Amino acid sequence: MAVVYIPALLRPIVGREQVEVEAGSVRQIIDRLEELYPGVRERLVDGARLRSGVSVAIDGEVETLGILASVPPSSEVHFVLALSGG
Amino acid sequence: MSATEYSVIGTRPIRHDGADKVTGRALYGGDFQIAGLLYGHVLRSPHAHARIVRIDTRKAEALPGVRAVATAADFPPSGDRLVDLGEGQTPLSYIRGNVLASGKVLYKGHAVAAVAAVSAHVAEEAASLIEVDYEPLPCVLTAPEAMKEGAPILHDSLRTKELGEDGGLVSNVAEHFRHVLGDISQGFAQADAVIEREFHTSTVHQGYIEPHNATALWNNDGRVQVWCSTQGAFVVRDTMACILDIPVSQVKVTPMEIGGGFGGKIPVYLEPVAAVLSRKSGRPVKITMPRKDILEGTGPTPGSYIKVRIGASRDGRITAAQAHLAYEAGAYPGAMVGAGAMCVFAAYDIANITIDGYDVVVNKPSTAAYRAPGATNAAFATETVIDELAEKLGIDPIDFRLRNAAKEGTRRADGPKYRRIGCVEVLEAMKSHPHYTAPIEGPNRGRGVAIGFWFNVGLPSSVTLSVNSDGTVNLVEGSTDIGGTRTSIAMQAAEVLGIPAESVHPSVVDTDSIGFTAVTGGSRTTFATGMAACEAAQDAIRQMKERAARLWEVDASSVEFAKGSFRSNGHSCSFQELAGKLGQTGGPIIGRGAVNPRGAGGSFAGAIADVEVDPETGKVNILRFTSVQDVGKAIHPAYVEGQMQGGSAQGIGWGLNEEYYMSAAGAMMNSSLLDYRMPTTLDLPMIDTCIVEVPNPSHPFGVRGVGEANIVPPPAALANAIYRAAGVRLRRLPMKPSAVAEAIWSKNL
Repeated sequence: MAVVYIPALLRPIVGREQVEVEAGSVRQIIDRLEELYPGVRERLVDGARLRSGVSVAIDGEVETLGILASVPPSSEVHFVLALSGG
Repeated sequence: MSATEYSVIGTRPIRHDGADKVTGRALYGGDFQIAGLLYGHVLRSPHAHARIVRIDTRKAEALPGVRAVATAADFPPSGDRLVDLGEGQTPLSYIRGNVLASGKVLYKGHAVAAVAAVSAHVAEEAASLIEVDYEPLPCVLTAPEAMKEGAPILHDSLRTKELGEDGGLVSNVAEHFRHVLGDISQGFAQADAVIEREFHTSTVHQGYIEPHNATALWNNDGRVQVWCSTQGAFVVRDTMACILDIPVSQVKVTPMEIGGGFGGKIPVYLEPVAAVLSRKSGRPVKITMPRKDILEGTGPTPGSYIKVRIGASRDGRITAAQAHLAYEAGAYPGAMVGAGAMCVFAAYDIANITIDGYDVVVNKPSTAAYRAPGATNAAFATETVIDELAEKLGIDPIDFRLRNAAKEGTRRADGPKYRRIGCVEVLEAMKSHPHYTAPIEGPNRGRGVAIGFWFNVGLPSSVTLSVNSDGTVNLVEGSTDIGGTRTSIAMQAAEVLGIPAESVHPSVVDTDSIGFTAVTGGSRTTFATGMAACEAAQDAIRQMKERAARLWEVDASSVEFAKGSFRSNGHSCSFQELAGKLGQTGGPIIGRGAVNPRGAGGSFAGAIADVEVDPETGKVNILRFTSVQDVGKAIHPAYVEGQMQGGSAQGIGWGLNEEYYMSAAGAMMNSSLLDYRMPTTLDLPMIDTCIVEVPNPSHPFGVRGVGEANIVPPPAALANAIYRAAGVRLRRLPMKPSAVAEAIWSKNL
C-alpha cells in the first residue's frame, strides 16, 4: 500500500493528512482518491495530466512521468509544487 | 567526502571555447549578419497601466527606409487557448501579450509595436512616429497593495486559484497555496523564545551584460529561422510556434553564444516580433534591445513581502515556524513564490510548519527566473530571524543552525523526506573554516553567517557523440553554454571513454540538429546533459566492444573496457587504436544519450561575511567574504568556484545596492547601469570559496547543480554582519547606505 500525503489545501475534502492506497501508478492513486473523496481529481488533474504547477514526488524524488509514473508498494507519495530554476 | 579517484573529473582543463572567447572570435547574436538584413526597433509604453484606445502606424510606414510595422494585431488571435511550454498550462494570451501588448499595457516599458527598417536609426525614428492613444489607469506596484480590496485590477479574468479551485472573484492574486506540517499552535506553545518579523525585498534584475537580441528570417518556404541569445533554443522554438500558431517543425532556432542569462534569458521577447516583421517585409530582421528596454521591459526577479515567525526551546531546538510570502509576479502570473515557499525553511528539521504563499500581479515587468528564483528573498527573512533567535538564546549562530539542520530523512515542509543532502557538512565546513575561526576586530566591524538551499532540477537533455578515426570524439549537445558547460559535459564523456578532455570536441547546435534539450537553468546542465553525455559515451563503448570482438574473433561479451583500453583473451588496444580501425570493422560509430533524469539532488550553500559600517554615511564595506557550497562532485573545480563567486557577487549586489527605484506612477527611475547599482570589482573583496563534496547518489559522478544555491545566503549574511557591526537589524533590501544610516540614527535617537 502506498501512503499518499494529502496537500494542505485538499485536506478539507479528504479530512485527513494521509491515505493508504493500493495502486500501481499515480493515475491509479488519483482514481482511487476520487472514488473515496469526490472532487480530488479535479483539483490535481487537468485533462490527462497533472495541473499546471503540480508535480508528484515518490519517496522524495520528483517524478518526470507525472500521472504515468509507477508507484512501488509501501512508497510515500506527495503532490508538490513544480519547480524550474534560473 | 568524495573519495572516488578519476582521471578527468576534478581536473582543470582549459575550456574548449576559451580561445574564441578571449580573442573575440566567438559569435554572439549581435555579431550575426545575413544578406538583406533589416533592423528592428520596439516601441514601448510610457504608462504603467493604461488601456490602448488606438494605434496608428501610417506615419511610420510612410517614412523612407521603413519596410514593415507590426503590432499585436499581426499575431493570430489567442482566444482562451492554453499552451504548455514545459512548465504546465499557461494562457497563450499572457505569453503573446507580454511580447506585444493587446488591449492594455501593464507596465512602463511594455512592448506595443515594432518597426523594421534599413537601419536601426530609421527604425527608431519610425517607431517614434507611431501614434498610440492611451487611457491611463491607476497602477499598483507592490504585492501588499495589490492584495488590498479596491486595488486597481490588472486582468479582468484573473481569479485566485487554490490548487485548482477557482476563488470566483476577480483579483490580483493569481494563486494561493499552503504547506502544513505538524501543528504550529502546539509547536509555538513549546517554544521558550518566539520571534516574528516582516521583510521587504526590492525588484532586482539579473544584470546580464549582453543585451537581448534576435534575428529572424521567415523564409519563402514557410520555415522560420532564428538566431538569438537564449538559455534554451528549444524553449524559443516552442514559444515561437505557439505565438505564431505554426508547427514546431517550421521553426529552427540557432543559439548564439550567450553573455549571461541567470534565468532572464529563458523568456522570449524579441524573436516573435522579428519573425512577424520578417514575414511582412520579406527580409531577415534583427532587433537588439537597448539597456533601458532590458531593465524596463524584460523580467526582473520579484520584489516581495515576507513575514516569518519562528519559535525555539531554551536548548536551541526550533519547535515551530510560520511564513507568509507575497511575491510580485509583475504583469502576468508566475512569481516563483512556490519555490520561495519550498526553500524558506528548507535548511531546517522542524516538526511544525505552516507556509502560505501568494502569487500577485502588479504593474511592473513580468518577472523571470533569477538564480534560485524565490529562494534568496525567503532566506533573507528566515536567516535573519534565525540569527536573532540564536542571539536571544545565547547560542553561536552556526551551532544553532547545526542543532536544527536538515539531513537525510528530514521531512520538508511540503511533505517529502530529503534523500542524501549536505546541509550539515556545509555548516561544519563553515564552522571550521579559517575565516570563521579568525577574530574580527576593530570598531564598526561585524561578522554574519547565513545558509540557503536550492532544489536543482533534471529535465530532458540529448547528446550525440561520434568517434573520429584519430581517437577524438565530436560531442553534439543542445545546452547553451553559459558557465563552461561545454567543458564540464565533455569531461564527463572523456572520463567514460578514458580519453583526455581535450580529445572531446563539444558543439552546441541548433534545434534541427539535436534532440530536445531543456533550458540551461535550474542548475541542471552539468547534471542532466552530463548524464546524457555519459549515456552517449557508454553507447559508443558498447559499439566499440563489438568492433573489437570482430577484430579479435571473440564474443563481444568477453571484451572489457577500462582506463581507455579494450581487452579480451590476451588481446588489447587503446580507444585511439580501435577508433582508427572503425572503417575496416563496420563504419562510423555514433553514441546517443537521451535522458529525463530524476534525483537532481539539492544543493546547500553558506556565506560568511565580515563588514565594516561607516556610522555616518551608512556605507557597508565588505572586508572578507567566503562562500561554502555542497556541489556533490566538482567536475571542473575552477568553474565551480566561478559559479560560487558569481552567485555571491550577485547576492551581495541584491543585498546592498540593487533595486528598481520606482516612481509613484510606476516608472523605473534608474533604468541604466549607471544608476542601477550593480557591484563592481571595486565594491567586492576576493570571494573565497570552500567546495564541499557530498556526492549525489543519482548521478554517475555524484554531481549536484552548482549554479544557484550560492546566491541565496549573501543578503542575510550581510544583514547579520551589519547588525554585529552597527547594532541595527535591516529587514528591507537593499541595505543601501541611506537605509543603514537611517537605522543607525533611529537607534541613537
